[in-house]
Amino acid sequence: MSDSESPMNPSESTQQPVTAIPTLAQAATERKTAAVSSTLVRIRQSQPRSSRMPDAVFKVLILLTAASVFAIVVFVLWELIDKSRLSLHQFGLGFFVGHDWDPVNDQYGAMPFIYGTLVSSFLALLLAVPLSIGVAVYVTEMCPVRLRPIISFLVELLAAIPSVIYGLWAIFVLAPLLRDYVEPFLAKTLGWTGLFTGPMYGLGMLAAGIILAIMIVPIIASITREVLTAVPQNQREAVWALGATRWEMIRMGVLRNARIGIVGAIILGLGRALGETMAVTMVIGNRPEVAKSLFAPGYTMASVIANEFSEATGDLYLSALVEIGLALFLVTLVVNALARLLVWSITGGNTGRVRA
Amino acid sequence: MGVGIEVRGLNAWYGKSLALKSIDMTVPANHVTAVIGPSGCGKSTYVRCLNRMHETIPEARAEGLVKVGEMEVYGEGQDPVEIRRRIGMVFQKPNPFPTMSIYDNVAAGLRLNGFRNRKQMDELVERSLKLAALWDEVKDTLHKQSGASLSGGQQQRLCIARSLAVEPEVLLMDEPASALDPISTSKIEELIFQLKQHYTVVIVTHNMQQAARVAEFTGFFLMGSLIEYDKTEKIFTTPADKRTEDYITGRFG
Amino acid sequence: MPNSTAGAVTKPLSLWRRAMNQGATAFAIGAAVLVIVPLLAIFVYLLIKGVGALDWAFLTQTPKPVGEVGGGMANAIVGSGVILSIASVIGIPIGIGCGIYLAEYARGRFGDVVRFTADVLNGVPSIVIGIAVYSLIVVRQKHFSAFSGGFALAIMMVPTVARATEEMLLMVPNNVREAAFGLGIPKWRTTLSITLRTASAGVITGCMLAFARVAGETAPLLFTAFGNQFWNKNPNQPTAALPLQVYTYAISPFDEWHRQAWAGALILIVMIVVAVAAVRITTSRGTLKGVS
Repeated sequence: MSDSESPMNPSESTQQPVTAIPTLAQAATERKTAAVSSTLVRIRQSQPRSSRMPDAVFKVLILLTAASVFAIVVFVLWELIDKSRLSLHQFGLGFFVGHDWDPVNDQYGAMPFIYGTLVSSFLALLLAVPLSIGVAVYVTEMCPVRLRPIISFLVELLAAIPSVIYGLWAIFVLAPLLRDYVEPFLAKTLGWTGLFTGPMYGLGMLAAGIILAIMIVPIIASITREVLTAVPQNQREAVWALGATRWEMIRMGVLRNARIGIVGAIILGLGRALGETMAVTMVIGNRPEVAKSLFAPGYTMASVIANEFSEATGDLYLSALVEIGLALFLVTLVVNALARLLVWSITGGNTGRVRA
Repeated sequence: MGVGIEVRGLNAWYGKSLALKSIDMTVPANHVTAVIGPSGCGKSTYVRCLNRMHETIPEARAEGLVKVGEMEVYGEGQDPVEIRRRIGMVFQKPNPFPTMSIYDNVAAGLRLNGFRNRKQMDELVERSLKLAALWDEVKDTLHKQSGASLSGGQQQRLCIARSLAVEPEVLLMDEPASALDPISTSKIEELIFQLKQHYTVVIVTHNMQQAARVAEFTGFFLMGSLIEYDKTEKIFTTPADKRTEDYITGRFG
Repeated sequence: MPNSTAGAVTKPLSLWRRAMNQGATAFAIGAAVLVIVPLLAIFVYLLIKGVGALDWAFLTQTPKPVGEVGGGMANAIVGSGVILSIASVIGIPIGIGCGIYLAEYARGRFGDVVRFTADVLNGVPSIVIGIAVYSLIVVRQKHFSAFSGGFALAIMMVPTVARATEEMLLMVPNNVREAAFGLGIPKWRTTLSITLRTASAGVITGCMLAFARVAGETAPLLFTAFGNQFWNKNPNQPTAALPLQVYTYAISPFDEWHRQAWAGALILIVMIVVAVAAVRITTSRGTLKGVS
């Protein structure tokens, strides 16, 4: 849609209404037709001669709103950098490898949080990716046609549940389940790996990973579904015609073609997991320690901000927290940008599908 | 060598609507048979029933006797996967696998069937590409070029090579040249002429001149029924049914 | 010419391939089940535990002091309403304006950049936005407020509303605009009264989805609205919000508060499901598809 100037002089268009209105009627729905054409006539009758000024004003207003999107991102970045200056100056890059988070002595090292964020996110991916791809494949390739909208609606409903409700459920339902059944079982069978040892609280890294996994499944699944659907039907037929089983057809004709988009979906899921705050905070145990066992409590970047920000006494303390926020911002920025690029390359530009 | 196809009482449905009505046809081995008719007459559906591609569409099914050589396509307990390996299909719009090289495209069917021997695979790939008259053009870039980077006509010949690699007995072609330019079209037609020595070919076409050029037998479909089936020459010069005559003289379709 | 190597290709479907096929199907079905189970579990628990704790007092009273039974989240429900209203008043117009820009005025690269930026903004963790708004508004005002909370949520609404608006406007066929131009109606009027109105159902959908998304957000409110155990009539003071209250209660050590947290969560999820369902109904009834 090109940026057209105010169109032809109103006086020239007196011949237009008779031919314009039938065209309109074809375009609008039946219900809209009467409303739109009468609106047009009404507007036409009320137009002043020159509308260059209002047009220009409107355009400026619209440009301002578009610019405000930039402004918001810039402002967020600016505030983060500005308020973390103190900590940046004090600790430099050592901040990110320092192991000690000691507000009492004003010593801040972010390693435990980085570790916690990475481990919980990757654990979540490990659990969520096979499930998401499985669901997506089921819905697009295997499911009876009638079930499709139901299952996809249910999966999208998962995305609508707020983080705090996931957290609530995780504290009172998931954690006891883990503590009483799952963790003892894992300790008995896989304890030798060192990943499943130590006291079993139910709350801890494992709980965080699991609840995160549930939360990112809808994102990965819905984008995967989109890229799978975007694979042209004739690719599937080509594989069918060679004498393939259904799984082989899916593997060679669909998944293979959608590889890049699926990777994009996974990275988008990762982006969401990295920034997830409430549910993780509620179950991870909030202890700033690096531990090998998944039963142990941990702490993520988002969680420490959520827990300690409003009680942070001292400028350096606050600044350190903001610096963690800055790091989180930059990492999710890169991850999300990369993911979008990958997904766009498969779906050919923006699918623009609105997601809750 | 190719085998003959025998069809008796073939019916096909899309959901509840009957698309093919009791088709009877005998396709002779090592000949080219054309299937013609106006849009929507069921010619594509018919051909897709021969290799059980029709049922890959949700809610679609077919019933009847279809014998390819000794094999009963709709027989009790017959696995469609096996059928589709033995009956090859080439589609209207060339559909090479874009993420695979030319070699991998041709070898795709072989790999699916569990073929592992590299040397034999090389031989079969070369043989198929030669049969499809594509070998000379791609022999130097077999592994480097992707299947999708070829021209339209070359892509279609690649798809033909891919189908031939798994040693089918019958080759079905659904309007194989309709998406191609005239020069590529004539190359494909030449190819079909060569292929009939080794395979039985059934070709769907909406281009009557093409049917006259390549096929020895022609079947005329209209609204889901086989109206007339005879030697091509007879269909186009002295058709027995008035509807056939109307179609070939261009009165409709 | 078909030679003897062909024999190797004619073996019937091997057991391995059959097993792989069935295994893959089983895995996919299993995945679907495994994904839906937590969903159902969450809703079931919300219903059972939430309804059990829901009573008239809950909806009308403010929290009682710690240790006492009873009381409610009335202030949080109202507070959420206030904060979400502020967020909508700020976020929706900006979002729609941005969407209009992308659909009607943007040219090539610059439009792509704006769209990309909106996507980026969408991906910023909500707690980071909370930090930014804290330092922009709360620090300067030296107090928490519903206003700063609303502002933070507004930022989160903008990308969703913008993309939905753009998508819906793009669905309006060009001949509607051209007919209006042909009548001499200026672009600004066409965009607002014709194009936007035609796409209105979809745009409202986008706004409802954005609303549903931020209604449940807690993190950005932690240091902006901050929460409040009492009634607050002043949007310039710390204000209670439903998700905040649920969070505070859930992590507390008091059983009574846990009980009430479920009730609060139930109300929250009902609000959201109603919004999402309304979206589904308007889209499937064809109001959306009837745009053209």
